[in-house]
Amino acid sequence: MPKDSGIGASSKRREDVRFLTGAGNYTDDINVHGQAYVHFLRSDIAHGRIKSVDTSAAEAMPGVVRVFTGKDFEGVGGMPCGWEVTDKHGAPMQEPPHPILAQGKVRHVGDPIAAIVADSLEQARDAAEAIDLDIEELPAVIDMKAAAQDDATLVHDDLKNNICYDWQLGETDDAKVDEVFANAAHVTTLDLVNNRLVANPMEPRVAVGEYKRGTDEYTLFTTSQNPHVIRLLMCAFVLGLPEHKVRVVAPDVGGGFGTKIFHYAEEAFCTFAAKACGRPVKWTSSRSEAFMSDAHGRDHVSKIELALDADNNFIGLRTNTYANLGAYLSTFSSSVPTWLHGTLMAGNYKTPVIQVNVKAMFTNTVPVDAYRGAGRPEATFQLERVVDKAARELGLDPIALRRQNFVTQFPYDTPVALTYDTGDYNGTMDKLEAAADLAGFAARKAESEANGKLRGLGINCYIEACGIAPSNIVGMLGARAGLYDAATVRVNATGSISVMVGAHSHGQGHETAFPQVVADMIGIDESMIEIVHGDTSKIPFGMGTYGSRSLAVCGSAMVKATEKVIEKAKKIAAHLLEASEADIELKDGQFSVAGTDKSVAWGDVTLTAYVPHNYPLEVEPGLEETAFYDPANFTFPAGAYACEVEVDPDTGQVSIEKFTAADDFGNIINPMIVDGQVHGGIGQGIGQALLENCAYDENGQLLSASYMDYAMPRADDVPFYGVDHSSQTPCTHNPLGVKGCGEAGAIGSPPAVVNAVLDALNSGGKAVDHIDMPVSPSRVWAAMNS
Amino acid sequence: MYSFDFEKPSTVADAVAALGAEDAQALGGGQTLIPTLKQRLAAPSKLVSLSGIAEMQGVCVEDDGSLSIGGATTHATVAREAAATYPALAALAGQIGDPAVRNRGTIGGSVANNDPAACYPAGVLGSAATIVTNTRQIAADAFFEGMFTTALEEGEIITSIRFPVPQVASYQKFLQPASRFALVGVYLARFADGVRVTVTGASEDGVFRWSEAEEALNKEFRPDALMDLRINPANMIADLHGSKAYRAHLVSVMTKRAVEACM
Ligand SMILES: Cc1cc2nc3c(=O)[nH]c(=O)nc-3n(C[C@H](O)[C@H](O)[C@H](O)COP(=O)(O)OP(=O)(O)OC[C@H]3O[C@@H](n4cnc5c(N)ncnc54)[C@H](O)[C@@H]3O)c2cc1C
Repeated sequence: MPKDSGIGASSKRREDVRFLTGAGNYTDDINVHGQAYVHFLRSDIAHGRIKSVDTSAAEAMPGVVRVFTGKDFEGVGGMPCGWEVTDKHGAPMQEPPHPILAQGKVRHVGDPIAAIVADSLEQARDAAEAIDLDIEELPAVIDMKAAAQDDATLVHDDLKNNICYDWQLGETDDAKVDEVFANAAHVTTLDLVNNRLVANPMEPRVAVGEYKRGTDEYTLFTTSQNPHVIRLLMCAFVLGLPEHKVRVVAPDVGGGFGTKIFHYAEEAFCTFAAKACGRPVKWTSSRSEAFMSDAHGRDHVSKIELALDADNNFIGLRTNTYANLGAYLSTFSSSVPTWLHGTLMAGNYKTPVIQVNVKAMFTNTVPVDAYRGAGRPEATFQLERVVDKAARELGLDPIALRRQNFVTQFPYDTPVALTYDTGDYNGTMDKLEAAADLAGFAARKAESEANGKLRGLGINCYIEACGIAPSNIVGMLGARAGLYDAATVRVNATGSISVMVGAHSHGQGHETAFPQVVADMIGIDESMIEIVHGDTSKIPFGMGTYGSRSLAVCGSAMVKATEKVIEKAKKIAAHLLEASEADIELKDGQFSVAGTDKSVAWGDVTLTAYVPHNYPLEVEPGLEETAFYDPANFTFPAGAYACEVEVDPDTGQVSIEKFTAADDFGNIINPMIVDGQVHGGIGQGIGQALLENCAYDENGQLLSASYMDYAMPRADDVPFYGVDHSSQTPCTHNPLGVKGCGEAGAIGSPPAVVNAVLDALNSGGKAVDHIDMPVSPSRVWAAMNS
Repeated sequence: MYSFDFEKPSTVADAVAALGAEDAQALGGGQTLIPTLKQRLAAPSKLVSLSGIAEMQGVCVEDDGSLSIGGATTHATVAREAAATYPALAALAGQIGDPAVRNRGTIGGSVANNDPAACYPAGVLGSAATIVTNTRQIAADAFFEGMFTTALEEGEIITSIRFPVPQVASYQKFLQPASRFALVGVYLARFADGVRVTVTGASEDGVFRWSEAEEALNKEFRPDALMDLRINPANMIADLHGSKAYRAHLVSVMTKRAVEACM
């Protein structure tokens, strides 16, 4: 029986009422009295040496408050990187400076050179046109393999080369790996590209900086997934401000997908300029600006080799990846191709020997950082493509080959640093086979063929490490931050509850799902509970939302804080009921004395906490508790996906006819929200697989700089999804047994789509090994005709 | 955008007068022009809106049976009102952009702009239509002069376009995945005196007639007539979305599909 409230109920998303009726409060809705506007003059070349920036004419233009250049920021810090990766020789990564405004050189199209603050945005833009730039153009470093050559032009003159780090994980003994491959019965090799993406949240980035001279206090309103992290980075590393004097507010945020985790120069600029100009300063990114200033995602070029023995067991895996970091290190960029990618190379399989090699490259492109899945999609894509290719080469059923190699004993220590706590990959695959009606595929294929279309079936498994993460472990791996989270449960006198959480909701539905948990624990109606998030002046210090961590980490903190509240409330109830605390039970919002009919309601207890006339003297008045929670391990959601495509052999057009996802997310709080998260993730994965392509030409000009050339998935590009999450092995180490579902779809779908297209082409008589994403009509046609 | 003056006349004569000002520019539905202004890629001194001119609005059938469409008629209106008399043209209008674009964008704006990937130029040239301006009538064959260039003079306004209605016609549009303009679009119209085949999206020179296909189909109007016909890829557009060879291939496929749709 589906529940109609509490844990397990598909409660309707309460936040949608305001979003869908135009009553949301996004950062661009915030206007501060007297605000000025900033326009950033951005580089239109990829690489150049700044000879001079003459702002004198611009400063004299009507409405101009002040013009800033890199010189104005010589005394302050640059944009920090939050993760130090150690290379395979034990040396720290090369970490070049990242100034707020360009100093000395411009390094990508979109690099900000000057910032013009004016009474109106149009005046600021007029003044930008009056700035006289003298920039000597330098050769652009675009291709990663060329960038790694000894004689390559340097993106950063002070570094020894363009390689940020040369990193390795897994088996360190090359000879041992060579031996495994030499002794293999079969080796499958694949070269592939994980295409660069632009996240494109519906809401572009916005920042409003405000400074109050009377109290020496700053406020930054910004489109962020983690306001406390922004405050810490900006105060401690960039501007040198005392944290208690700075408030960061991230109100309603219209999608993030990772790209709003990072601390961006525009945020620090608006905060700095608000004081420097004596006026609030607002920046609203245009869509064109977003294409060249939001951190991009993915962009790996990889070679993967899989060794199998004569019985088709996976015996070795080796990868060599070039990962593009762009021109500067964005906040978490260095962790993505390493600890979020290499650690996932075991996938769902018990391959005993794995070696992952990653060269991270500086190029004259927009910085690259985490995008929905962050590293895990890149790992899954390589692995699941090579497994699929191996099955084809060996004439094996791709499902049987996967099943044969699944990890089946838990906990399982992978050769790449993780311990999977629980899972049931065969069980999840069973669910997929049923939900996707794989038995009916042959008939559907015959029907497609009768209509002149090729039909293919693509299978894919994934595992992800979510709920990031145990602070002590990530600290050892180079993180410069902890990754716990926090919640304060504030019970009001009349029994309603405000829960202040460190997680940030920007589409995930926390405002609905989190109250379901607290309501269940106390036995009161969900509507009595409200979530407060996104304002450092209101919430405890939390790390924000990314890596499918909100429920697993922040939700756990909320459970702990609620437990503390209940414990205290029981003391008060015991006093009111003149019973022993140990005999008090809480059920359906009533405290009762076990074995009697004596009870007192939740509301009476909460009122007593704040009007403590008849009250236990040893207990403090009030009812408010905070808990911080640091997880013991990652969580490991896993799943199996099936995609069916039709390919038009005349044009190469691919259409997705059927897509089924079987996921194991552990326990589920709100199935409808989980469905929605999976749908959205698959939609983005299909976007990557079929449509999206952030492309540069050899001069570093962005070819896909607007929606005229950057293809986002639209409703009619995707099918109705079949989603099954009845395979549930609860996480073993967090109180809710939850694993996280936000990234799964984006991780699991791209290889499923590409595997399906290749199955279609091969079953149509073409021997096509691989097509790089996006698998666009022109690429499919070219592959069919090569 | 840069600032500009704005006028909204109610007659063609007033519009022509207003356009006499230096650097004045006509504004149709603004679906091309407004984004251009927002990016500061154009700086007209004055915009003269054509949307308040009653004589440039609507779809009607002339005495000779041809269809006359006012220059300021929106794509949505054409999709609706031409459906009975000229279904292929109505279907073309109905495939342009999205509902917002179709409710604002106009036939005059599209044809005057002559984007190499736009749909209307293929329909206008394929129908051997006549472009009527405030000063003259221009045959479609003499109107389109290459991408983004037409026979229009400075300040000249397309007041209407007259379409002879063919026996049968079809527009086959293969979508560019991002913009959903035509990666390749083929318009085929069969008149009593012959077949016209026009191609948009494919060529560096903008919309063009594929005369070899016309000849082949005039001999024999069936899909197989095109079997051995290939178009030379040399002048085709090559970009992120397709090579020259791919576009050339699509021209054949879309033409064949257009013939099939007309059978
Ligand atoms: C999201 C989007 C998707 C689109 N998809 C498609 C598509 O699939 N296929 C397609 O063909 N087009 C597409 N378009 C373009 C659309 O059809 C435009 O409406 C059209 O190109 C311009 O028409 P307009 O009335 O908006 O003209 P405007 O933008 O107002 O003007 C364009 C130019 O024409 C001039 N002009 C306007 N009216 C006249 C006139 N009567 N006489 C002389 N000159 C005039 C203007 O001065 C200007 O130079 C799309 C546009 C958008 C924004």
